[in-house]
Amino acid sequence: MKTVKVYGPGCARCEAAEKMVKEAAEKLGVAVAVEKVTDAKSIAMAGIMSTPGISVDGKLVHSGGLPDAGNLDGWLTA
Amino acid sequence: MTTETHDPGAHRGAPDWLWYAGVPVAAVLWWLVYGQLIPLSEWVTALFPVPRDSHTGEAIAFFVYDVPKVLLLLTGIVFVTGVLRSWFSPEKTRAILAGRNQIWGYPLASALGVLTPFCSCSSVPLFIGFVSAGIPLGVTFSFLIAGPMVGPVGLGLLYGLVGWEIATIYLVFGFTIATVSGFVLGRLGLERYLQDWVRELNAGPVGDLPEVRLTMVDRLKIGLEQVREIVGKVWIWVLAGIGIGAAIHGYVPEEMMLTIMGGEAWWSVPAAVVVGVPMYTNAAGVIPIVEALLGKGAALGTTLAFMMSVIALSLPEMIILKQVLTLRLIGVFLAVVALGILATGFLFNIILL
Repeated sequence: MKTVKVYGPGCARCEAAEKMVKEAAEKLGVAVAVEKVTDAKSIAMAGIMSTPGISVDGKLVHSGGLPDAGNLDGWLTA
Repeated sequence: MTTETHDPGAHRGAPDWLWYAGVPVAAVLWWLVYGQLIPLSEWVTALFPVPRDSHTGEAIAFFVYDVPKVLLLLTGIVFVTGVLRSWFSPEKTRAILAGRNQIWGYPLASALGVLTPFCSCSSVPLFIGFVSAGIPLGVTFSFLIAGPMVGPVGLGLLYGLVGWEIATIYLVFGFTIATVSGFVLGRLGLERYLQDWVRELNAGPVGDLPEVRLTMVDRLKIGLEQVREIVGKVWIWVLAGIGIGAAIHGYVPEEMMLTIMGGEAWWSVPAAVVVGVPMYTNAAGVIPIVEALLGKGAALGTTLAFMMSVIALSLPEMIILKQVLTLRLIGVFLAVVALGILATGFLFNIILL
């Protein structure tokens, strides 16, 4: 079970990023718990300056804009 | 920092050659259509059963000409900006600005504010990221003011709709206001007016992201993605702005404009700022209004003040910043930037009187 955190204050792209993560996990058959982090302080503490940001099992993998679908598959299966 | 090479050919819709061929073809098509906008719009206007030189005819002509023109300009600017900005990121900008206490940290921050991609929804994490990395508060403000104030969309539309002279004036003064306001705010020693939790925050850990190596096609894709996102979001503001511009162009008598927004009416500059701040629209929405105002004889200084306060100072932005700044600091911030805008407005009204 991987824990994926999607960081973002709730903008359209943050929602889209969350959806991408869920869909990719389903497609790959990877069990994930997706958690949304919307609090500005927690986002900043994670070292993220541009949202949406994504971390997998506590490791930050992406920040700013939508992730590339190919990279996303890589993070979820790594 | 590790480097991750992009998996070649993974998840790519179109082959590379199609991008390299498609972008120039699209640019040529864009150019051809843009060049035919006057005959095209006159033809459409003639379809309406109203005399061309009536108030309604003038308003229709303005609307029918401006809508495709602004949308074309917007698409082109957003695409080019999206591609150019793919070479910049908030992380790189932070690394450049960190520890720059010297005087030229301010103009540098203003320039990077224009070039760095960031949306207002992430201005809070960005603000914290900057301040916690030791970037002086004033330099951070220069960055945050310049971003919206001299954005490429506003400049490009100003250039296309009003002309290069006024676009250049706007660029120079917008940039100066961002730089000087940041400097003044930095000198005021306002760190104690940050929200408590921001001050207590230790230097945040720098996100150790693998650097993604982008190919040229990736950058073109980013540009197209930006077009889809931004044009898809602001077109409604554009139509509203052009509608207001068309109404001004067709119906507002010139004498009335001269009384309200003429260079003689000194109070019109502060009034323009007071009206402009609560107005919230994208630059793409306000420039058609500016075009119509100037066309009717509104004073340049007053119009500049209006445009700058609409674009650079907005209430939703202040509400977002409330999370990190105390009301007092927001007040000082507003006052300093508004003074800069007022000074610009008065200066041009006096010069051109």
